[in-house]
Amino acid sequence: MAEGPVEKGVVRGNLPPLELYVPEPKYRPGDVVDYSHLPVPPAGLLARPDEACPASETWPLTLDMVRVLDEDDKAVGAWNPGLDPETLRRMLRTMALTRAFDDRMYRSQRQGKTSFYMKCTGEEAISVACAMALAGDDMVFPSYRQQGILISRGYPLVDMINQIYSNRADPLKGRQLPIMYSAKDYGFFSISGNLATQFPQAVGWAMASAIKGDTRIATAFIGEGSSAEGDFHAAMTFAAVYNAPVVLHVVNNQWAISSFSGFAGAERTTFAARATGYGIAGLRVDGNDALAVYAAMEWAANRARANQGPTLIEHFTYRAEGHSTSDDPSAYRSAQEREEWPLGDPIMRLKKHLIALGEWSEEQQETMDRELVEQVKVATKDAEKNGILGHGMHHPFHTMFEDVFEELPWHLEEQAAQAMRERGIKWPEWKERDDA
Amino acid sequence: MLEEKPVTDTQTQAPSRQMNMIEAINDALGVMMARDPDIVILGEDVGYFGGVFRATAGLQKKFGRNRVFDAPINECGIIGAAVGMAAYGLRPVPEIQFADYIYPGLDQLVSEAARMRYRSAGEFTAPITIRSPFGGGIFGGQTHSQSPEAMFTHVAGLKTVIPATPYDAKGLLIAAIEDNDPVMFFEPKRIYNGPFGGDYDKPSRTWKGHPGGEVPEGYYKIPLGKARIVREGEALTVLAYGTMIHVAEAVLADKGIDAEIIDLRSLVPLDIETVEKSVQKTGKCLVIHEATRTSGFGAELVTLVQERCFYHLEAPVERVTGFDTPYPHSLEWAYFPGPVRIGEAVDRLMKD
Repeated sequence: MAEGPVEKGVVRGNLPPLELYVPEPKYRPGDVVDYSHLPVPPAGLLARPDEACPASETWPLTLDMVRVLDEDDKAVGAWNPGLDPETLRRMLRTMALTRAFDDRMYRSQRQGKTSFYMKCTGEEAISVACAMALAGDDMVFPSYRQQGILISRGYPLVDMINQIYSNRADPLKGRQLPIMYSAKDYGFFSISGNLATQFPQAVGWAMASAIKGDTRIATAFIGEGSSAEGDFHAAMTFAAVYNAPVVLHVVNNQWAISSFSGFAGAERTTFAARATGYGIAGLRVDGNDALAVYAAMEWAANRARANQGPTLIEHFTYRAEGHSTSDDPSAYRSAQEREEWPLGDPIMRLKKHLIALGEWSEEQQETMDRELVEQVKVATKDAEKNGILGHGMHHPFHTMFEDVFEELPWHLEEQAAQAMRERGIKWPEWKERDDA
Repeated sequence: MLEEKPVTDTQTQAPSRQMNMIEAINDALGVMMARDPDIVILGEDVGYFGGVFRATAGLQKKFGRNRVFDAPINECGIIGAAVGMAAYGLRPVPEIQFADYIYPGLDQLVSEAARMRYRSAGEFTAPITIRSPFGGGIFGGQTHSQSPEAMFTHVAGLKTVIPATPYDAKGLLIAAIEDNDPVMFFEPKRIYNGPFGGDYDKPSRTWKGHPGGEVPEGYYKIPLGKARIVREGEALTVLAYGTMIHVAEAVLADKGIDAEIIDLRSLVPLDIETVEKSVQKTGKCLVIHEATRTSGFGAELVTLVQERCFYHLEAPVERVTGFDTPYPHSLEWAYFPGPVRIGEAVDRLMKD
């Protein structure tokens, strides 16, 4: 028993002093990477429970990994979604288009045509296969690495590029950082730079759909890093409490800028396993296996649509490139990680599967890739007719003050007048475009 | 007591009845839920129980659990879900049980709801009215007494509304719910049951007999951004809102000063015309709020008056506020900007 104020704990027998554990990734720049510690279960082994099963029945699936494509590029097991070759080719093409788009936009940023870009290299299967397993009118609350969903849903590439360039034709009037798309007509919610906020919003959208007796479900994506946010807990609690028709995805790409997944708790359990504590169904999926992703999304969507409740899906994958064009991953992780990644490349795996089926060839792949490069090039040229970012300033000054509120209050009108006066002084030759 | 005339903004011939502010808010919610099937109410204890202050009493029974329901104790989730519901096309009216509890939901409010229209160029909007009791004078201690309105007036894209009478509470709440932008609707809980002149040791009054307690039945609204001249006067302009309207009225009546008292009703948008006109007439201005002083909304008001009425001013603009401390429990009445603090400021203004 301590007497008086305590400033330091007393020595307690043989107990060692307390130690703080600060996670540290296995490999840093220059390290030789060995993934033998990372279990990659064989494809096709896991049972596919009934979509209406009690959430607790999915517990084993949250610790294991749903995989469909095996070592011989065959689709095997109960989770094989049994897609026809035409659908598989469309999936492959959309994933390849997403990659071609990323490559082109990355170069555009390096050429100074815009300020910022984010690739999803290595994660294409997640967005594209999920989009294909959803109904077209289901609502998506994306993070910033789900461009594959917009592309899957046929959003015009040129409008994506217009947004990335913040040019005259940018649907968002140059207000948002590149890639923070919003496309209501495509069921694609406005992307926020504040992470994980879309998680409880998706649950709210799903609750509204249920309140109205609708048939549409909602789905949301966050990274494993931002699953540490309080919004994750809010979303999971609300989804569980109201049995909301929502599918919540954690894209575990191992890295949150320079912080490895250990800083979101990955060393203690899987991200999918978190579902169990909330009484929500959970699935852990090989995120580089497009068929496994499709199957998981389909299972969860059917479950949600049948009022059987929400699902949390962890997609186990690898962020093959930097966080963004402003990031240099060689400063904090070993370059070998990408090369050695045991789950391979999602596009190559689907291609090989189609070839193994006798439904595709290397020649067809090369032809397709050339076509896609050309398609993106044409879209880029079209977008560039509307201008590139440059010094910005593509939009009439008054648009800066619009949409803060539905109607401009007096103080914003006064500030708008100030902006116009400054324009007259600083840019006397300025002509605002009528068509902008 | 000075006479107070209710201002009828949307003409209503409906018969009126006596209501306290809670009843008026409950009535507004009921009227609006009956008119618009897209309105839903969620919040802690708002369902079966009807809210800790009874503002949603009876609504779940009337409109069903699908439209009025309890929420987990998670303000991030309440506001985040409301943003998603609004994106779907609903018009949520969440309750945050005390304004002091709103901070866990701040990111959803400030970074999401407030910017939704702007960042999506109008594709998505957030027509959400967040109701929340605020202010002290009820021995609520530091976590049930705060007045955080200035944190929200500082955010582009949020409107902030504060009623001072039951009549205004109903008309302003209906306007807030119909507004297509997010509105913070702060309810001065000290005057839920009756006006308060600032003397804690005098018997408390009810709204009975107060003109602002006469509330018309049915639908009517008071436009946001339209101040109410509580009392016309020539000697001094008082700018206030919420509980402090009634304190100001009592103090100035006691002092026998012919003050023009303006109830701002909404801080954003602000009725600058009414403010300017009054200060240019009286040449003197006193700003009162219960919230802490530094960077409070009073600082904004003083600046606006200085910018727009400087050559009409006959004395420095005075500001009476709460102190820059947390709201203390036992020293509540030493903290509260009551008759002594207001009286001193009035004396300074009127001394020449």
